[in-house]
Amino acid sequence: MKSVKIVLVLTLIAVFSGGLLALWDSHTSPLIEANMLAELEKGIAKVLPEHDRYQKFEPEGLTCYVGYKDNQPVGVAFETSGPGFQGKVSVMVGLKPDFKEMTGIEVISQIETPGLGTKIVDDPSNKQDSKWFPKQYKGLFTDQPLEVVKNQKAQGNYQVEAITGATISSKAVSRIISLGVAAARPQWEKIAALALHPPAPEPAAAPTEPMPPAKPKEAHLSEPEAATHSE
Amino acid sequence: MAKKPNPIGYEFAKGLWNENPVLASLLGLCPVLAVTNSAENGLAMGLATAFVLINSSLMVSALRKVIPKQVRIAGYIVIIASFVTLADRFLAAYFLEISKSLGPYIPLIVVNCLILGRQEAFASKNGIGRALTDALGMSVGFTAVLIVLGGIREIFGSGSFFGLVLLGDWFEPWMVMILPPGAFFTLGLMIAAANRYNQGRA
Repeated sequence: MKSVKIVLVLTLIAVFSGGLLALWDSHTSPLIEANMLAELEKGIAKVLPEHDRYQKFEPEGLTCYVGYKDNQPVGVAFETSGPGFQGKVSVMVGLKPDFKEMTGIEVISQIETPGLGTKIVDDPSNKQDSKWFPKQYKGLFTDQPLEVVKNQKAQGNYQVEAITGATISSKAVSRIISLGVAAARPQWEKIAALALHPPAPEPAAAPTEPMPPAKPKEAHLSEPEAATHSE
Repeated sequence: MAKKPNPIGYEFAKGLWNENPVLASLLGLCPVLAVTNSAENGLAMGLATAFVLINSSLMVSALRKVIPKQVRIAGYIVIIASFVTLADRFLAAYFLEISKSLGPYIPLIVVNCLILGRQEAFASKNGIGRALTDALGMSVGFTAVLIVLGGIREIFGSGSFFGLVLLGDWFEPWMVMILPPGAFFTLGLMIAAANRYNQGRA
């Protein structure tokens, strides 16, 4: 019968293609995950330059990475995003453990205007320092909204100098950071006590802690070497 | 039906110029315009499309007597989508930077009318050898146009070619060339030049 053949052929094509894709997926998934982890760690390394290991914490509504050096907390990094000039801008923000002073920012993804808005990442027209714009945020405070100033040097702890020709992108980055940090602060306060006074990362120490969000299975420890693990 | 089949050499060569998917048929222009802001992106997009086109043509040609004609489009799309997914995962796993700069345009190869067009117009009516030759010719023609278009835009828009700096500090890049309008300007001029050449030849 004609219709049986139609169903049969389409089913066979779909089954065959599904099998092929499943096979390929099982081969590429670990590689893609490793790529994403490497990207994440590159971002964390840029905004928390001092850490020698980091630990992931996931209180409700926030995924953050606390960096430690010699088991002392040196900062917390998290990703936040919002609208830029043309589309979504994602920024990794690094803060000192007081959740106030920034240790650095890194624009993770953006689709701003090439040559203008993209200076939020890199400004090749500035021969001395093409990263001058993102570097401005280091040392600024986040307990009040950041302010963008034009045609003058930024002063104090809350001012950022705008990119000429890309004021909207400059303001967008500042706004994304201010809003992101403000939204994250209550979540951070829930886990700050736990994250900042870490027991040495031994699984046995964790269950006695009262805070639920950082049970060992959720707050899994991953060190840079972990990028190579598979299965 | 009595038409004599074209010589096999023609089936390859037609994709290069006479039936070039971009310059003559104006097929698959979305990725052509969207990703060609550098020669490297053009090459990557061309190769990804070539991989999908060649494999899909082989499969469709091999199955052309099995797939009932009522559901042929559905069958072709499943075949094409499978190869696109393979290519997409491959780039994400091994060429992260290219995968990031091509973004959603790799998955969108599924709906590239060049590919479905070749299945419907050629692979579903010809044997495996001819389908492969046709797909190879179309792929080479498509990739070549993408590299030329991406190269022109990269030279004027960034002062470089395949990432190598060609024009020194004196050169002020024409930003418009790597923005969407630059794609339309350049492609329009290329098609005009191709038409002009064809008229002169006729």
